[in-house]
Amino acid sequence: MSALVIEGLSRNFGGLRALSNVSFSVEAGERRLIIGPNGAGKTTLFNLLSGVFKASSGRISLFGRDVTGLSMHERARMGLARTFQITNLFPRLSVMDNLLIALQAGAPGAFSLTRRMRDQTVLHAQADALLNQWGLASIAMRAAREISYGEQRQVDLILAMAMQPRVLLLDEPMAGLSAAEVVRVTGMIRSLPREMTILLIEHDMDVAFELADRIAVLHQGCLIAEGDGPTIRAHPQVSEIYLGVE
Amino acid sequence: MNFWAIQTLNGISFGMLLFLLAAGLSLIYGLMKILNLTHGSYYMLGGYVGLAVMRASGSFVLALLAGSAAVAVLGVVMERFFLRRFHLQELPQTMLTFGFLFIFADLALWVWGGNPQTMAKPPLLAGVTALGSLNYPTYRLFIIAAGVVVALMLWWFQDRTRVGAMLRAGVDDEEIARALGINVSLLFSLVFAMGAFLAALGGVLAGPIMGVYPGADFEVLLLGFVVVIIGGLGSLKGALVGGLLVGLLDNFGKVFFPEFALFTIFLPMALILAVRPTGLFGRE
Amino acid sequence: MNRQQQLAIAGIAGAAVLLAMPWLFGSYYLGLATKMIIFALFAMSLDLLIGYTGLASLGHAAYFGVASYATGLLALRLGWGVGWALPAGVLVAGLTAALFGLLALRARGSYFLMITLALSQVLWGIAFGWRSLTGGDDGLPEVPRPDLGLPWSFADNTPFYYFTLAVAVVSTWLLMRVVASPFGQSLRGIRESETRMLALGYDTWRYKFAAFVLAGLFAGVAGVLYVYYNRFVSPDYIHVARSAEVLLMVILGGAGSLFGPALGAALIVLFENIVSGYTERWLLVLGVVYVLVTLFAPDGITGVVRRLRQRKAGQT
Repeated sequence: MSALVIEGLSRNFGGLRALSNVSFSVEAGERRLIIGPNGAGKTTLFNLLSGVFKASSGRISLFGRDVTGLSMHERARMGLARTFQITNLFPRLSVMDNLLIALQAGAPGAFSLTRRMRDQTVLHAQADALLNQWGLASIAMRAAREISYGEQRQVDLILAMAMQPRVLLLDEPMAGLSAAEVVRVTGMIRSLPREMTILLIEHDMDVAFELADRIAVLHQGCLIAEGDGPTIRAHPQVSEIYLGVE
Repeated sequence: MNFWAIQTLNGISFGMLLFLLAAGLSLIYGLMKILNLTHGSYYMLGGYVGLAVMRASGSFVLALLAGSAAVAVLGVVMERFFLRRFHLQELPQTMLTFGFLFIFADLALWVWGGNPQTMAKPPLLAGVTALGSLNYPTYRLFIIAAGVVVALMLWWFQDRTRVGAMLRAGVDDEEIARALGINVSLLFSLVFAMGAFLAALGGVLAGPIMGVYPGADFEVLLLGFVVVIIGGLGSLKGALVGGLLVGLLDNFGKVFFPEFALFTIFLPMALILAVRPTGLFGRE
Repeated sequence: MNRQQQLAIAGIAGAAVLLAMPWLFGSYYLGLATKMIIFALFAMSLDLLIGYTGLASLGHAAYFGVASYATGLLALRLGWGVGWALPAGVLVAGLTAALFGLLALRARGSYFLMITLALSQVLWGIAFGWRSLTGGDDGLPEVPRPDLGLPWSFADNTPFYYFTLAVAVVSTWLLMRVVASPFGQSLRGIRESETRMLALGYDTWRYKFAAFVLAGLFAGVAGVLYVYYNRFVSPDYIHVARSAEVLLMVILGGAGSLFGPALGAALIVLFENIVSGYTERWLLVLGVVYVLVTLFAPDGITGVVRRLRQRKAGQT
């Protein structure tokens, strides 16, 4: 079954066509890499999928259900999670609180006025477990804006993972990371359950090709190629406009 | 018949004053995202300065120019030395413009006292003009004409001049404006000066018919906001249409339901907010 | 002594001073203290929006004033006692906040500021214009103080002080519960990054709307207390100048902690009282305070204290 079906998706900004008639589908459990030069429409695609922007035309289905008209939080509730190209945390809150908010989103009593946050022991235990799992326990009580950039990127990813999504959109998770951090984050992505569908925008080709089952190439808002690693490497237009230039 | 014609013209002339006020409010917001709470003070101060100049010199034209120019300088000072330091930080900007609102209100009260004052109409415009069977005060017609002239000039400025094109680009997207190599800093001061000038011009023009009084600042500020909410932020057309609409609604509201005059502008505003939050001519 | 012990001692000392106030100060200053407490509650209610949710409302006096009018009218015209008039006033404030919230929460940023301000000024205009109901700018005089059937008359300052203190303490406790709840945590999340909250699956509109109504309800409690305190209500209660004043209280004290805005409110009330003794130019002074606070203490007194504390911690 297809986790995600995109049909004729377009988005205009004023006179500018950021995404033009893009169609493809992603199978459940697939790891799909999205590549393309800067300005190709990759992040616009993610913003349309997650509901930040409304599509100018076209259709998006998630597990067979049309979500084109749904708002951002409704799509999130259906199991769609994302990270952000520009780190998007709760900067003045502690890393712990960042995680608690993410975990609480799906938990009962998120809207509760009568409970106390500090009594949400299950959430605290889950947050501790996640932080320990990824070796970030030492920064739990520090404000998100005060930790290192590499740590922020990891927390960004953990927030999305904490939702236990069915489809996860990762927008350049390795951008700006040191070699050691790239290894860590790659490990994190690898550790995700195999049935989770992942769409990944990434510029680090070595890492990205290794993680991906299939690849889609965007150029100037259009989908110009789709296929597995060897197919894409061999694709003449792709090597011309993208791999060759890189 | 005459009743309707007179009240309609009254509404339009007041609407033109609101347009002068709202045009600056709207452009300043559109370009800099500053909610300028001092805008009503510009109107009031324009009126007071104009009044003083009128009394000293007897010249209405001089009163118009001096009142508007003095307030324009004030606007630039506020923009350059205070608001600029908090670019795109809405809360500090709000606090500052609130502060100046209080400072100007109290200074005006100190200098000019608490009693409403009326400016003498210039002799040339003091009479009535025959419009068919209708005799209508010439001064109010003059206000309508002044509003039309300012509207045309603003249009010409925005559509035909280079600075106007920059302004439009800036309202659309500041990044684009910077990318085009536009000196945004100078543009900001210019628009602030223009906005303050127009608001003060409205204040001087209003002097002979509505008087100058403490509290006028808050009163027109509210009406200016309503105009901008109805017309749409950043749109000159919105300021004009909204201004006329609110002018008419306010006028007929006061005639027919004196106790609930504000309801007649509140209901359309609430309706617009519910149906089209960006206003009639605002961008999505 | 660790920080928690320090706070506990400060809390106990504060409570002792509040309780002993009638013995410490004369009747005049007791009245002033009562006013400080009322405005502290008012400022805390606005802080729920500004400090916790990141929504800067410029029309917060609307809920304060509408509650004053509702309670005043019910007490004067229908002879309702405090047991009914207080909840009714608070309810009217909440309903007003719900209506305004529906309209204003469609907008963001400074557009939201403008809409909240415009809506509240319309209410002011109604209070000013609808003379037959509200008395216009003369207001409604001689609103009776509440009568709980106790041996002490609330017409006296001391019993009324304790009444105000009791209502404010209960309200503060409720507000503390709200900000410590999962709901309160979500409000902080919205303040920090609304897009992230949406991406996590939070229906942020619901949270903002609920916060808006809650803030209106607590502002209403303050408004009811104030009409009883002054025995009078006028359109000034709703005026944007009052909304601006409570905004200053929040910013001066430091948004985002209930204690800061309460402190800011107490200081402004005290300062107004002192300045008014020397000059009629209170508005001018207030305006200058706005500018100075914005330029030199944008995160308020609690922010300044926090920075000093951090500097000290950095040195040792």
